[in-house]
Amino acid sequence: MIRVVLPAHLRTLAKVTGEVQLDVPGEVTTRSVLDAIEARYPMLSGTIRDHVTQQRRPFVRFFACEEDLSHGSVDTPLPDAVTAGREPFIVLGAIAGG
Amino acid sequence: MSKVRVLVGTRKGAFVLASDGKREKWDVSGPHFAGWEIYHVKGSPVDPNRLYASQSSSWFGQLIQRSNDAGKTWEPVGNKFVYDGIPGTHQWYDGTAHPWEFKRVWHLEPSLTDVDTVYAGVEDAAMFRSTDAGANWVELSGLRGHGTGPQWAPGAGGMCLHTILIDPSDPQRIFVAISAAGAFRTDDGGQTWRPITKGLNSVHIPDPAAEVGHCVHRIAMHPERPGVLFMQKHWDVMRSDNAGDSWHEISGNLPTDFGFTIDVHAHEPDTVYVVPITSDSLHYPPDGKLRVYRSRTGGNEWQALTNGLPQSDCYVNVLRDAMAVDSLDSCGIYFGTTGGQVYASPDAGDNWAPIVRDLPPVLSVEVQTLT
Repeated sequence: MIRVVLPAHLRTLAKVTGEVQLDVPGEVTTRSVLDAIEARYPMLSGTIRDHVTQQRRPFVRFFACEEDLSHGSVDTPLPDAVTAGREPFIVLGAIAGG
Repeated sequence: MSKVRVLVGTRKGAFVLASDGKREKWDVSGPHFAGWEIYHVKGSPVDPNRLYASQSSSWFGQLIQRSNDAGKTWEPVGNKFVYDGIPGTHQWYDGTAHPWEFKRVWHLEPSLTDVDTVYAGVEDAAMFRSTDAGANWVELSGLRGHGTGPQWAPGAGGMCLHTILIDPSDPQRIFVAISAAGAFRTDDGGQTWRPITKGLNSVHIPDPAAEVGHCVHRIAMHPERPGVLFMQKHWDVMRSDNAGDSWHEISGNLPTDFGFTIDVHAHEPDTVYVVPITSDSLHYPPDGKLRVYRSRTGGNEWQALTNGLPQSDCYVNVLRDAMAVDSLDSCGIYFGTTGGQVYASPDAGDNWAPIVRDLPPVLSVEVQTLT
């Protein structure tokens, strides 16, 4: 079971509280986790990545195991700790302001 | 007993303000979609319980929300706005070619006849239509592709299609306005379009009388006289008596003819309202006085309406989609400000009072008259 932390606004939109737990078939990558999120919560389609290009939205970041995975390939396997459910995959709304 | 429902979009959520026909006491609900920018909320003329809302943020993009119970509950519907074909380029601020990119929905215009059909005006400028209550959106690409698209350029607020007016006497005829491309009309339900800018004069573009490039801020019509259009352009208040084929200026004695919003009295097709704003570099009312101006003669002669509005130290703006009218016997006029006030006049502008004072900056105001 993959643990996912969503930003507050997306938790509200998806009507969930706390972490989300997902079955992710096949290899666990950023892409497959996002596919699973959107399959479970269709209202989140387009909010994390663009509908057409599938590119990460500019103010969204992906963290796991204290690493910023935002700029890596979405097809790279996620860390074992995420795959094993010991650590969450974090979707973060970037902090902006001053 | 008649009722009025005011639908308010703000920088940080949507609000629904409700009152009886006296329009003295108001119930305020919201914020709906707290923390999100709500560019527009509008109800269906066919079923007033059906509302559509445009919800967006710089972080998470665009959502469309639909309510079937007058805003008590909402559900997210389709948010996939994909331009038809290869979208090509328009002009960027520096005159270079820039690819068309979807950013947000500025305006939602429900069909006058079908509760499940709704039009969306978007940035970068294009019009989309849904015929399944917002689940799926298809671009009416004849507008963007009619020929002048590569010459369009954004205004300071982005290249947005912000005005959609459907002719009640002929739903195949639709008017749209785009900052800063101008105004366009279709007579075949959105298949083909043409600019309707003859008579507009914009000194801030290389050819002041160009076919496209005018920064049209808002167009309004009276539903019983759809051939007459009123326009607040960047500068100049304009009127057309032939469905946009040509325009003439009606700024008359306004203290400034810059502004964003314009609307028409529900029962008097020649009574028009504007909120003059100092200039394009000073986005607040002249002299710190918030004044609505009313013409009862279809333009040129304007009267300042001030009773109940702040007449000193007021430096708010009133944006293009932030004025609306109800259709009660004594026509109510409503507008919202960037300072978070929503003002109402139950007597066609003679007297004003704030419904609310401290909302987030108001982006849009729509009114539903319920009988």
